[in-house]
Amino acid sequence: MNFKVMPFVMAAVTLLFSANVFAAAPIRIGALFAVTGPAAFLGEPERNTAKMVVDEINRAGGVRGQKLELIVYDTSGDATKAVQLATKLIKDDKVVAIIGPSTTGETMAVIPVVERGHVPLISCSAGSKITDPVKRWVFKTAQNDSLAVGRIYEYLQKTKQTNVSILTVSDGFGASGREQLKSQAARYGITIVSDDTYGPKDTDMTAQLTKMRGSRTQAIICWGTNPGPAVIAKNAQQLGIKTPLFMSHGVSSKKFIELAGDAAEGIRLPSGKVVVADMLPASDKQKKSLMAFVRDYKKHYNAEGDHFGGHAWDAVMLVRNAINNGAFTAAAIRDQLESTRGFAGIGGNFNYSPQDHAGLGKDAFVLVEVKNKDWMIVK
Amino acid sequence: MQFDQILQYTLSGLSTGAIYALIGIGFSIIYNATGIINFAQGEFVMLGGLLTMSCLTVLKLPLWAAIPCAIAVSTLVGILFERLAIRPLRQPTPINLVIITIGGSILLRGLAMLVWGKDTHSVPPFSGDAPIAIGGATILPQHLWILAITLIIIFINKIYFYHTISGKAMRACSYNRRAAGLVGIDVKRMVLFSFIISSAMGAVAGIIVAPLTMTAYDVGVMLGLKGFCAAIIGGMSSGLSTVIGGLILGVLESLGAGLISSGYKDAIAFIILLLILFFRPQGLFGKADSERV
Amino acid sequence: MAKPIRSGSDAMKRDFLLFIGFSVLVMLAPQYFRGGYMMNVLVFVGINTMLAIALNLLLGYAGQISLGHAGFFGLGAYLSGIMTTTFSLNPWLAMPLAAVAVGSLAFLIGFPVLKLKGHYLAMATLGLGIIFFIIFNETYEWTGGPSGLSGIPYLELGGISFNSDVKSYYLIWGFTLAVMLFALNLASSRVGRALRAVHDSEVAAQVLGVNARLLKVQIFALSALLSSIAGSLYAHTMTFISPTSFGFNFSIELLTMVVIGGLGSIYGSFLGAALLTLLPEILRGANDYDIIIYGGLLMVMVMYMPGGLVRGIPALFRKLAGRKGGVDHA
Repeated sequence: MNFKVMPFVMAAVTLLFSANVFAAAPIRIGALFAVTGPAAFLGEPERNTAKMVVDEINRAGGVRGQKLELIVYDTSGDATKAVQLATKLIKDDKVVAIIGPSTTGETMAVIPVVERGHVPLISCSAGSKITDPVKRWVFKTAQNDSLAVGRIYEYLQKTKQTNVSILTVSDGFGASGREQLKSQAARYGITIVSDDTYGPKDTDMTAQLTKMRGSRTQAIICWGTNPGPAVIAKNAQQLGIKTPLFMSHGVSSKKFIELAGDAAEGIRLPSGKVVVADMLPASDKQKKSLMAFVRDYKKHYNAEGDHFGGHAWDAVMLVRNAINNGAFTAAAIRDQLESTRGFAGIGGNFNYSPQDHAGLGKDAFVLVEVKNKDWMIVK
Repeated sequence: MQFDQILQYTLSGLSTGAIYALIGIGFSIIYNATGIINFAQGEFVMLGGLLTMSCLTVLKLPLWAAIPCAIAVSTLVGILFERLAIRPLRQPTPINLVIITIGGSILLRGLAMLVWGKDTHSVPPFSGDAPIAIGGATILPQHLWILAITLIIIFINKIYFYHTISGKAMRACSYNRRAAGLVGIDVKRMVLFSFIISSAMGAVAGIIVAPLTMTAYDVGVMLGLKGFCAAIIGGMSSGLSTVIGGLILGVLESLGAGLISSGYKDAIAFIILLLILFFRPQGLFGKADSERV
Repeated sequence: MAKPIRSGSDAMKRDFLLFIGFSVLVMLAPQYFRGGYMMNVLVFVGINTMLAIALNLLLGYAGQISLGHAGFFGLGAYLSGIMTTTFSLNPWLAMPLAAVAVGSLAFLIGFPVLKLKGHYLAMATLGLGIIFFIIFNETYEWTGGPSGLSGIPYLELGGISFNSDVKSYYLIWGFTLAVMLFALNLASSRVGRALRAVHDSEVAAQVLGVNARLLKVQIFALSALLSSIAGSLYAHTMTFISPTSFGFNFSIELLTMVVIGGLGSIYGSFLGAALLTLLPEILRGANDYDIIIYGGLLMVMVMYMPGGLVRGIPALFRKLAGRKGGVDHA
């Protein structure tokens, strides 16, 4: 071998080697979603979306020239598993941030793990106690239940309907909604005349609705996720209940309209803007993100993107933005997240601060109504 | 307390109860023929509903053809289950049978999840959804279908068990399997028959209830448990007492939800079940039976 | 099902050595895993082993099925959780209080419940489990309802807080080994023999002067008490509990651990608990297929290893070796 060539060979090898190292060590982001089990309706779109966004980012050359690697684990909605897997993400996979879990219960279980492990967590679940009080390493992208409740109550106050009945599902989602419905009622001058629950797997809610029909209620608010609210809508139609029916953002997807059929007509609910993305004025800050999300989801999965997937979209983008701002370690990403201002995502316009790790205001929700099997914005 | 409210609770309860009854009879038939509690019974309810949905939407069959098609496929699954899981069992102790049927139900649920996804699916009602008023209460045409089909099935059951040779043979098995074998009844065949009948009945239950409750890969668990309760209240009979058991359970649940507390309504049902077990373990209507040592 | 009763000091010595060997392995395991994620999984293997042993005492020794043991586990966890958060009680005081309360409750319920047999017993215990679950869900003023109870303190001992996986590991396995030793002794004692007699024939046992009814209720209460301790430990390790961890599914999972491990074998309970806790780790790559594999595996195990792992594995080895005379553990 010619000695003169050696330096070049060496240089080439070094370059190759370092390029290899460079390519072999992408930035690792962990994700915990309830892809199976009772909360799969949350976990599945979240996983799909997170994978999709990371793919798109990598296809466009990654962040600051570095690829992202998403490590997704299925918690099947189980708090014990979520804790184990969060530990695995931190200890074995050495991720710089964790996205998820999907449910409030799992998130509460995982919080001690990330606080100890010093890794930022961006939860995709709605419970307000996740970030209230603020925990150093914990953020969330799902809109607080309190905002959704506020949206409905504001409308009821405006239309002078003060006696309401609530019907909530007896799982984490319903319990948290029920808590908010009860605690905020007084502030809007609303009286709860009947407070009932139903089981997540119940198939007939006529008993609860009959009871409400007998009371002097002016509006019925139902807090649950599919299929319960669709059954309730059908039951209400069967009983000939004319009282206006409100639902939660838990059913703001086309699936609900499909399940409830005609019974869905006229039902109102607070929703993230994703279901009415094309109806938003061009001046809406979120419009660009929303349209991109809806378009990409359609392209990748040939299905309608919903706002649950949107939570994962926001979470991945928040981490991406943090990295883009030069944060490569868990601690730096945390600091960058906390200083996020004016990020127009799917769930709303995020403004995190040391006092607020939920980051959303009331404008995150619009009140929509089902008309002709589609969503309409209620003015 | 108004009369029309009570009427509504009762009517709602009766139609839910009829479903529990159909599932409960499925449990009882297998139990009587084999001594097995088939924890996979609820999965046939799920299969019935989802298969009907697929026949309607994918195969574009009309409803009258989709239903027998769904029942046939579910029954086939029942046969396969008996052949592949129950028959080859080397040590059919009760506990092993419990585990194997639980394993089977998990497997079926997993397969259904792969085939139909995790979403809930709707099935159109058999004849419209215009409410029918009865007194101050309202029901849907589908409720009438449920009650009518339940009645027909009980009637067919009665004829089968009391007026056909194979039905009588099956009853003989349930009284004493060994003696039945001694008089020349092919007990193994009766076991297979029992799986055929009960998987078909589970499927029927799933089909008639799906338009009201919608259906998904995991609907079988809770319905299966409730059906099991109905069977216990009825003393594991494959006839009228299980039907009454189911109806009682359905009405109590509905009344419990309406009058006492909707959160505790399932607890009310299970507490009643425990009381029945403690004080009348032979079921509400059964005669006390002395235990053989 | 019943093991031949060994006598003589040789057998006792062998059992003793086996236990010492197992304990040493357990204590050395952290050296091998170096504080990685596996430590966390092994903590749960410990808790599940304790639960499986508790259920095995009832199912494997006394022959009484329970489909509601997750209820007692949850009751222990919630009682400890509530006493240490709402009433700021010392966890070391809360744990025995909860255990005694759950044990007494089980003792009282035991009389009517254990009068039942076979499938009726299965149904009654299943009902109990579901009632407990509904209570955890509905008494939200106390339990936090479906959104769970958070802020449960870690256990502390002499200034050491058991707040890391390695520390929890030693704590949990300390308890688990103690429970194992207790169960092994119980099994080979007079009570164990009486239990096996009840298992084989209740009437025969009664004829021989065993108060079968009382004995069954006592073992039911003991089993609930041990489950409650496991529940307290779970609550103080997780620091957060919610009802979904204590539902019907978990009762079934426990039952499966006991049966797959081997009825009536303490080490079998460990094997069953270890397999079912590690299985999701192994199946992780299988994505949505894991539930199918899990269900299928249950069926295959019962079909081809009806005696459980503890008897099946040696038999498999003997078969593979193609000759008689493998070592018989158990």
